[in-house]
Order: sequence, then C-alpha cells, then structure tokens
Amino acid sequence: MNGKGPEDARAPAVPPPLEWKFSQVFGERAAGEEVQEVDIISAIEFDKSGDHLATGDRGGRVVLFERTDVRDHGCRRDLESLDYPISRHPEFRYKTEFQSHEPEFDYLKSLEIEEKINKIRWCQMANGALFLLSTNDKTIKFWKVQEKKVKRISKMNLDPSQAAANGSIASSSTASPRVCLPNGGCSYNYMSNDFSFPPGGFPSLRLPAVASQETSLVARCRRIYAHAHDYHINSISNNSDGETFISADDLRINLWNLEISNQSFNIVDVKPANMEDLTEVITSAEFHPNRCNTLAYSSSKGSIRLIDLRQSALCDNHSQLFEEAPGSRSFFTEIIASISDIKFGQDGRHILSRDYMTLKLWDINMDSGPVATFQVHEYLRPQLCDLYESDSIFDKFECCLSGDGLRVATGSYSNLFRVFGCVAGSTEAATLEASKNPMRRQGQNPARPARSLSSLTRVVRRGAETSGIDANGNSYDFTTKLLHLAWHPTENSIACAAANSLYMYYA
Amino acid sequence: MAMIDEPLYPIAILIDELKNEDIQLRLNSIRRLSTIARALGEERTRKELIPFLSENNDDDDEVLLAMAEELGVFIPYVGGVEYANVLLPPLETLCTVEETFVRDKAVESLCRIGAQMKKNDLVDWFIPLVKRLAACEWFTGRVSSCGLFHIAYPSAPDQLKVELRSIYGQLCQDDMPTVRRAAASNLGKFAATVEQSYLKTEIMPIFDDLTQDDQDSVRLLAVESCAALGKLLAPLDCVAHILPVIVNFSRVLLDKSWRVRYMVANQLYELCEAVGPEPTRADLVPAYVRLLRDNEAEVRIAAAGKVTKFCRILNPQLPIQHILPCLKELSSDSSQHVRSALASVIMGMAPILGKDATIEQLLPIFLSLLKDEFPDVRLNIISKLDQINQVIGIDLLSQSLLPAIMELAEDRHWRVRLAIIEYIPLLASQLGVGFFDEKLGALCMQWLEDKVFSIRDAAANNLKHLAEEFGPEWAMQHIIPQVPDKISNPHYLYRMTILHAISLLAHVMGIDITCQKLLPVVIASSKDRVPNIKFNVAKVLQSLVPILDQSVVENMIRPCLVELSEDPDVDVRYFANQALQACDQVMVSS
Repeated sequence: MNGKGPEDARAPAVPPPLEWKFSQVFGERAAGEEVQEVDIISAIEFDKSGDHLATGDRGGRVVLFERTDVRDHGCRRDLESLDYPISRHPEFRYKTEFQSHEPEFDYLKSLEIEEKINKIRWCQMANGALFLLSTNDKTIKFWKVQEKKVKRISKMNLDPSQAAANGSIASSSTASPRVCLPNGGCSYNYMSNDFSFPPGGFPSLRLPAVASQETSLVARCRRIYAHAHDYHINSISNNSDGETFISADDLRINLWNLEISNQSFNIVDVKPANMEDLTEVITSAEFHPNRCNTLAYSSSKGSIRLIDLRQSALCDNHSQLFEEAPGSRSFFTEIIASISDIKFGQDGRHILSRDYMTLKLWDINMDSGPVATFQVHEYLRPQLCDLYESDSIFDKFECCLSGDGLRVATGSYSNLFRVFGCVAGSTEAATLEASKNPMRRQGQNPARPARSLSSLTRVVRRGAETSGIDANGNSYDFTTKLLHLAWHPTENSIACAAANSLYMYYA
Repeated sequence: MAMIDEPLYPIAILIDELKNEDIQLRLNSIRRLSTIARALGEERTRKELIPFLSENNDDDDEVLLAMAEELGVFIPYVGGVEYANVLLPPLETLCTVEETFVRDKAVESLCRIGAQMKKNDLVDWFIPLVKRLAACEWFTGRVSSCGLFHIAYPSAPDQLKVELRSIYGQLCQDDMPTVRRAAASNLGKFAATVEQSYLKTEIMPIFDDLTQDDQDSVRLLAVESCAALGKLLAPLDCVAHILPVIVNFSRVLLDKSWRVRYMVANQLYELCEAVGPEPTRADLVPAYVRLLRDNEAEVRIAAAGKVTKFCRILNPQLPIQHILPCLKELSSDSSQHVRSALASVIMGMAPILGKDATIEQLLPIFLSLLKDEFPDVRLNIISKLDQINQVIGIDLLSQSLLPAIMELAEDRHWRVRLAIIEYIPLLASQLGVGFFDEKLGALCMQWLEDKVFSIRDAAANNLKHLAEEFGPEWAMQHIIPQVPDKISNPHYLYRMTILHAISLLAHVMGIDITCQKLLPVVIASSKDRVPNIKFNVAKVLQSLVPILDQSVVENMIRPCLVELSEDPDVDVRYFANQALQACDQVMVSS
C-alpha cells in the first residue's frame, strides 16, 4: 500500500492492512535523558489542509510545523492514474514556536492556573497568515502567525542621533504622542495654521525607505477569551460557520464568536442545583464538521449526547443520546466507562469515542449501540486495581479517525498506539510503538500477556532503550503513556506524542 | 543625510515616524497624514506617499485602521476627484486584511471615495477593483467586495451590469459561509441599485437561495434583508415573494432554528408596511401570533419586545382580537425575561387601544405584572407609568400600585430598591401630592436609614427632587420636621446621610427655611463626637456660604468653623480651614 488515492477511499471492499513506517521524530530523547515536565506534549492538531501541524506542551508553548514535501495535486493525480508508486509521504519541518500561556494565579479563588495547553484548534487561514485557538484550563487565546517584513529603514529625513540631540523640537515630538492623540491638538498643529505650504510641497522632504525585505514569523495574540469557565476547560471546537466556537469545561459548554472576546453564551449547563447531586461531568465536546447546528459532548458516564442548537437557546435537552449498557458490573465499571475523547469523522456521520479500555465507533443514525468496538489493551483488565491505585485509570487517552474514515487510532501505555480498520469485515489491528522502529515484531518475549489477544495481528515489543522494565517481568510501563495523537486529514499519516517527542508515521 | 530647514523639522519627524518602532508614534504620524501630504505636495503624494502606504500593509491593525480612515477623506490631498483613483490601491490592500474592523473601515472609505468619483473613473478603476476583490483567493477580499457593489453598479454600462449581477450571485454561493453572510447582509443595499426588471428575475432567486442556506447564520441574515427588499418591490410582488418566505420562517416545523425565528420576530413589523393592510391581516398577524407563542423563550422575548411597534401599524381591532389574548398568556409566561420584556413595552399599548379596551383588557395584565414575583417586571411597569396615565388616569391602578411599590421599596436586593427610588420623582408627579403624602412619604424617609450607602445617597437626592417637585412649602411640612429626629441617630453613618440631605435640600429650600431650620441642625452637629461628622459639617457649611446672607455667615457659620479649626483631629482642622477660606473669599468679593 502506498500513499492512498481519495478515489479508492469509498471502496466498499475491505482495504488491505496498512504497513506503517517511521517518518520523522522531533525532540527525540537521547538515551538516559531526563524529560523535563514542561516539555511534555499535551496537544496535537493538524490543520484542515494537513499542511500544518501544531503541538502544545505543559510549559504553555505552541510549536508549529509545516509540510515540506511538494504538494502539487494535478501532478499527483496524474501519477496515481498511471499507477506509479509514490514514495512521497508527508514530511514536516519546524516552522516556529511561541509562548501561548503563562502560569497564573487567581487571587480571588486562591488557585494556581497551570500554563499547560489543553487543546489547540486551527481556524480559517487568511492572507497567508495562520490562525489558531489554544487553551489552558481557564483561558482561550486566538493567535495569528504571520510573516512580517523586518524593517530596516535606510533613508530618513533626520539623523536619529542628530534629532535626539536637537533639543526642543525633537523631544517634543517624541514626548508628545500622548498629548497629541486625544484631540490632535499638539505641537504639530501650528504647521497647518501659521505655515504656508508651497503648491509643489517641500522637495527636501522624503519618505523613509525600507531597505531589507527579509521576513520573519511573528505570532500575535489577537484575542483572549477569559473568565467564562469555573471549571477546567477540556475541549474547544470550531463551528463550520467559521465565526463561532465552543469551549467546554466539566459542567458547562459556552458558545463564542471568534471576534467577540468579552461575552459568550452558555448553551449547556449540567450543574445540578446541589453539587452533592452531581453524578456526571462533561469530558469532551465537538462540533459536527459540516452541520453548523449540531454538536456532540461526552460524559464521564460513558454517554454521548448530540444537541441541536436550533431547538432552543439553552440546550440542556439533548436531541440524541448514545450509550451502551455495561455488561458485567464491577467496582471499576463506572470509572472505565468514562469517555476521555470524542471525534467526528470527516463525513459527519460517525463519532469515535475512547473510554479507558475501548474505542467505539458510533453511527449518528443509530443510537442503540456502537457500530464497532475495539479493545485497546484488554490485557490490562486484570491490572485495573493497580491502575486505580496509581491513578493511571484516570488517564485521558485521545483518539482519531483517518480522513477517509476507514481506520481509527488511539494510544496506550508503554508508548504504544493502536490502529484499527473500521470497515465492516476488517480485521486490521496494528500495535505500534512510538519509536524509530514502530513495527518491530516481538518474538523473544513469549511471556507477554498481549499474546493471548486474538485481535492483535502484530505484537510489538517495547524498544530496547527502555528495556529495563522488561527484566522485572512487568512488560507495560504506566508512566510512558501515549495520550495524544492525530491523523493527517488527507493522508495516512499519524503524529503522536511520546512524552516530549513528536513521532510521525506514514503508510 | 538630507539637510532639513529648521521650520520643516516637525514634518520631517512626522514622516520619519511613519516607520518608527513605537506604534504610538506611527499611529500619530498616520493620523497627521494630511499634513504630510500637504508638505509633500499633491504630485509627490500621488507618486510617493500613496505607493509607500500601499507597501505598508503588514503594520499593526490599529495603524491600518487609522490609515483606512484617513484615506477615505484624502481626495483633496491628491489633487481632487480626477485623481481619486490613486487612493484605490492602498484601500484595496486593506480590504483583504484579516481583521474585520480594518476591512470594514476600508470598505467604508472606498464607498465614500467611489461616491465622489466620476462615472468614467468608476468604470475604469472602481469596478475592476470590485471584480478583483470578488475573485480574491482569500475570503477576506471576497467579503469586502460584497459591500462595494452598490457603489459600482449604478455607473456600470449594461454589459458590466450583467457581469456584476452574476458575480454577486456567485458570492451568494461561495464556499465560505463568511462570504455568504457578507453577501446576504449587503443584499438589500445592492438590490436598491438594481433595476426593477432584474429585481424579480435575478435578485429574488439569489434571495431565495440564501433563505435556504445550510448555515443558520446565513439564513438569519437573509431574513434581515427581507424588510429592505420588501420596500423595493411593488406590494403585490412583495406579497408573492417575500411574504411566503417570512411566514414559513415563523413556523417551527419549517425552520427549526430559533435564531432565525428570533430574527423574524424582530423584523416582522417592518414588513407590514411593505405588504399592505390586507396581507398583514391575513398572514403577518397569524405569523406574529405564532411567534408570541413560540416554544423558545428567546423568540417570545423578541416578539414581546416588538408588540407595541407591531400593533401601532395595525388598525385597533386586530390587536384586540388576536394579539391581546397572547399578551394575557405572556403575562404569566414561565420565563421571567419574557414577562420583563412584555412589561417594558405593554404600557405603550394603552394609547393604541384607547380607553375602553385598555380598562377592559389591558388593566388586568398590568395588574398581574405588577404582582409579578420578579422585581424587574414590576419595575418595568412602574417606569412607564406616565404612558398609561395619559389614557386612563392612575386611579384605577393605584390600589395595586401601592403594594407593588412597597414591596420593591423593601426588596432584599439593594439594586432593586435603588431602581424604585429613581422612579419616585416620576411616581410623585403622576400620583399627585395627596396620594404621595399618604402612602409614600414615610418610605422616602425610611430609605435614609437603609443599610446600603448607595440607597441612602439616592434617598438624599430623592428628597431634593421631591422638594423641587412639590415646592418648599410641602417640604417644610413633610420633610423638615423629621430632620431633628433623624440627626440623633446613634450611628454616625446615618447622621452623615442626614447632613448630606440637608446640604442638598438647602439649595432648593430658600434662605429663610435654611437659616431657621436647617442651619441650626448643622451647627449643632459640629459638637458631634465623631470627627467624620465634624469635618462633614465643615464641608456642608462651606457649601452653604455662597447661598446665605453675609450676616448669617459671620454670626453663625464663622464662629462654628473657628471652633472646628481648633479641633484635635487633623482632618477636621483641614476642612474647617478650607471653609473659613471660602468665607473670606465671599467677604472680599462682596
């Protein structure tokens, strides 16, 4: 399988399994290198075209990458129709980075606000400038990243040093702006009254000339949407109308206009009158990719609700509810049912949800149950007690769908991530490791419990560089978890975060 | 380095600062662009300054905004209207920037310039610009182009007009909802310039498409253009084309989006005039009734808020038959915001319905709203009391009014108490002295002892307003006698309020009463044990100095102040000395 043509994407037949190859790594850790907490990646997002990729980290930074391989669609299509193998796959390079959020302290509530970036969402590009939203627990920011000319002024009327030395006039001009601005009445004013301008102007005056045409990338924060969330923001999502977006915290979802930062509308509020009655919180929310009035949110009880913004201003009543009755009940049933992430497929018909043990694919036309369920790491089920003790059971794994909707992916522990084919009849289920050798087969370690999993067609051994844990017989490492990953919108390419490193794979 | 003559220094600096690092300096230079242009002369402005500005398109938005604004009034500086076209390129660039407010300003300036340009120049320069923007790669340019068609179109020759109409049609089907929104919201303006014959054949189909757009935000802007289009079309065409659209929008089943219906509720009354009385009765009244009974509270709020405007256009029978029953329902609506919106406009219905219908139908609604559990509703009714007073007089209401006022006056929320105090002068003028004395007089004094400062402060001001309304005689009888009692309040903050009230009253009561009744109270307070009271006495006395006779000042005020000026407290001494200085000044000036 090479690249992929959008033409065959809708083919009803089960596509052959993908063979994943390592593409790139950014911020690879040297052996034995300590990971700095602030460098750990906490959000990954491709833009709509797939030409840009953004990551956010716990230190409040946003790093942007841009695609370098030539993207000439006409040419590509020709090649594809000739059935030539295309060796090209998306390759990215570092573009720029900026500090999006800083640690803050809320003095009214005596609360520290972490700078960690929870989510990044790309907005419509305009004039060659990139726009994106980034959020930490409380504050959403709207960023514009743009090439700016570096100004180097060559010709001026006055020598700056001379002007500075030239007492009264020069100093009045530099000191005056504040005086001038409010009413325009300032030292310059006399020019228009007492001064007669010759019809041809003064030939000795000239405009400053800009010498250098170098450009540099500048990120500017254009708007800050703050003070609208009492709880931690877990999601932001753009509407297809291009002018609004939502932000969701544990109990509320707010609707914003991108251009208005001082007001938002609360559209969902699940806060009970008495907080002791609280049984369920919002864990994730996303707008439908093309229906402007539909959004979905997931809850800690494992349900997904679809709401229709047209019905009423306050959408406390869902229009559709998706949930699955749990089979056997145990102490952990409710905890592991909590959905950590939902994503709409690009077609807008499917919703992918991730709970602790499974990935579920839902058809929005069928609310009786998921159309497919994928076990992500069933071999951990006996360990739930340990996972609970170490709080790992509350880890929030993200999930993603391929652009063509044929496959889904999500992360697990030991820096593993899994890719499943979701076309009916597909048995594709790959386990990959976020390392330079993702498909390294595991043969030497027969004691591994994963082997018992029938759905695992390929089993992967953890990389040799972290093999220290193998020795004590515990073959999964709960501290190295792969929470964040994203699928390229048009190609089979996955970006995933292992601690501070960004790994990219293609098939 | 060029040698600059001494007098040119300021201009030279201004020009240099066009590229300064400091945004404030750049802004300042841009705002003085006309001075720079005059110093350069018209020709160099055209050949150098304008191209220079065109290059400057990556500056900060604040600078770009100022530039867009300045360029709109720049025609005189480039040599008059015949050269206006040189201003177009920089504004065209500004029409494509990402920041909406810069684009809007650039479009506004382009329209201003275009309106002055000669027909030939428009064809040669302006129309090509509109076409370029409409075909712009980025949506920003396409959005801006929508606002320029109404300037470009009238001067275009027929061939170009065909093209412009078709381009506008394409913009209404653009991939980006943002562009379609811009096209929808400018449709009315553009349609006003299009010939009557094309309105029906070309503009109406565009309008129809927009009203069926997938995006709610586009549809609701199309609703906004309904009224504008309706006024352009002949009434018959309006009935045929616009009316069905808007009536359909008002039905929940046909448009599920409450935001669209909200827009309809806000716009409907404007359409009544365009369609004429008969279709209004047959179609718009039922549509409006549906909106008043919509299941979304926001829609009912919008509809209720427009009820007076809507009914004013109808003949009085229609509202009585169709609208009034809805209003009765709304007066007990489950949403307090709906009731509040209703309460703020329903008084306006009285003049429309006339006396009999008001007494028979509206009065019960007023009364029920006056008893509403939500204070805003009651306040809204009370705030518009004068409107109903003109029609049926206040007697019929007064029985219910009083409990409502009493309750608001003692409301738990001080903002509510504050609001009712602010309406007291209005109430006093409407109710008349007799009623007021009997029922409300005591309240006004009671507020002086409220727990919240703002209320006490407002109460003091209120006394002054009342004294103005009813005259000093009345105040002499009803307010002044209570003052000695109040000033002996054990809490100094309340005593301070009374002092404040006295200083306000003194200015409306006239010299005699002030000297006889008020001044002694103030002077007595100078013996208070709390320094805050004492220096406030000094302040009050200072404010009284200009309005009292000099003999009074010398005999009563000055001795008191002299005593205060020797007070152990530093603040008291300070304010006493200030007041003494004021006394001296009056002495000197007289």
